[in-house]
Amino acid sequence: MFRRLPDAAATLTVTVDGAPVAARAGESVAAALLAAGKLRFRDTPASGAARGPYCMMGVCFDCLVAIDGAGNRQACMVPVRDGMAIETQTGARKIER
Amino acid sequence: MNPARAVEEFYDVAVIGAGPAGLAAATVCARAGLATALFDEQPGPGGQIYRAVAGTPLKRDTILGADYWRGASLVADCAASGVHYLPNATVWSLSPEREIGVSLAGVAHMIRARRVILATGAIERPFPIPGWTLPGVMTVGAAQGLLKSAGLVPTGRVVLAGTGPLLWLFARQCLAAGAEIASLLDTTPRGNIVRALPHAAPFVASPYLGKGLALLQAVRPRIKIVRNVEALAAEGSGRLAAVRFRTARGAEDRVGADLLLLHQGVVPNVNLAMAAGVRHVWDGEQLCFVPTLSRDLASSIEGVAIAGDGGGIVGAEASAEQGRIAAFAAIRAIKPAEAASLIGAEAEARRNLARWRSGRRFLDRLYRPPDQFRIAEGDTIVCRCEEVKAHEISEAIALGCTGPNQLKAFTRCGMGPCQGRMCGLTVTEIIAAGRGVAPGDIGYYRLRPPVKPVTVGALAGLPAGDAATRAVVRE
Repeated sequence: MFRRLPDAAATLTVTVDGAPVAARAGESVAAALLAAGKLRFRDTPASGAARGPYCMMGVCFDCLVAIDGAGNRQACMVPVRDGMAIETQTGARKIER
Repeated sequence: MNPARAVEEFYDVAVIGAGPAGLAAATVCARAGLATALFDEQPGPGGQIYRAVAGTPLKRDTILGADYWRGASLVADCAASGVHYLPNATVWSLSPEREIGVSLAGVAHMIRARRVILATGAIERPFPIPGWTLPGVMTVGAAQGLLKSAGLVPTGRVVLAGTGPLLWLFARQCLAAGAEIASLLDTTPRGNIVRALPHAAPFVASPYLGKGLALLQAVRPRIKIVRNVEALAAEGSGRLAAVRFRTARGAEDRVGADLLLLHQGVVPNVNLAMAAGVRHVWDGEQLCFVPTLSRDLASSIEGVAIAGDGGGIVGAEASAEQGRIAAFAAIRAIKPAEAASLIGAEAEARRNLARWRSGRRFLDRLYRPPDQFRIAEGDTIVCRCEEVKAHEISEAIALGCTGPNQLKAFTRCGMGPCQGRMCGLTVTEIIAAGRGVAPGDIGYYRLRPPVKPVTVGALAGLPAGDAATRAVVRE
């Protein structure tokens, strides 16, 4: 669980699984989701176990989400953009993505 | 620091990684008039230690501390040097011929350089404990990165656990930001200090002592600290609910937790260098693989140098000095006429490097993570991607599996998207312990490019020059 310091007020809106989430320009998708109280980003393809960000530096690949229709994006490495559509992932990435 | 408008096909020097080593190396090269590219995966310069130093939402105040803001001058010098700065760059291959495969905004490029300086820095050492894959369990570095880059602080019941200076530094930063830490579970073994003491003299004389004491004084009175923690587990269903631990006295406890932040030191980020074929050896002090480097930080591959923590953990200040030293060597090789005027600067860099390295051995020994938190057992997940447990690795060893590469065939361990970054060292040490063989003889995963994901579309879009064709077609 994380909270925003006053310096880091939200400036834009993205959607996460269809619901609006406030974010600050310049932060990563993972930071926006964590600030919104979301810890579970996906379920693993191997066993269906819940996962969320672990390293926040592009190393662990546990924060994978779908962004604007493209699956398996590293949420910690992609900056948010106003109107971005983010979806948590269940299992393996879908073939059409 | 403004990004270059376009990437060139050829540079005198390509620096990979914009942390302290890479920033310093690129600055020296570009100032000497060499055509220099600085590739970095993050959107802003600074690496992890100075992450987002040019773009953090935090005002210059007391939260992050003076050491962090020191990164701003490294960035300012680099910005004024004339370097081609290329952020959001994913370098996915480096060949022994110094051909670099890199994606920029989803477009792949093959770049060549006379000299390459790898400054890929460090990653946090794997910390395989039961439940470490649960949402709500992260690294201390992850939380610190969120503070620096996004202005977020942990909230709820926050537990820090592990060993090393970063735990204490982050605790102090949280306190300064008004965040509460429920407890700090210190896993530093009691015996470490005894093994560290023979190296205490250079540490006492080094700049680290004063910093360390100030940190401990600031944190100790304000956070519940549990020492000599010998067992640790994260519990919860679908997300973290509690942390269970046991101390050396045998006392067991279980505390409710919303966030568990783990840290037991950092290790070199070796994937790109290893995939390029750089020779690495096991470092028994730092418990990781490190490249073999010359005095000028040249690796086993002609024209490829490694500066900073990627060459063995030295810390931010020493990393910057190493970046400069690697840059001086590049200048000597490419533009010898410029080198004479830099002799004094190089001598100074070497003196500074020696000073910053002097306390390192003491720190390595004092914060050496204990065996049970490196060499996982039983049901603990080792390979997070393929969800391979420690007992499955032991079973493979019993069946005759001799090393990490064969283990892939037995279990798929290390074959997921992180490409072994989160399990490689654990696997080497489990097999070494299981077979009674030295880790250096067990070796590491044989790494292959691409070391980061690159789409087939991006590869197919490469301009069809000779270099590009060679990158994807071998005859």
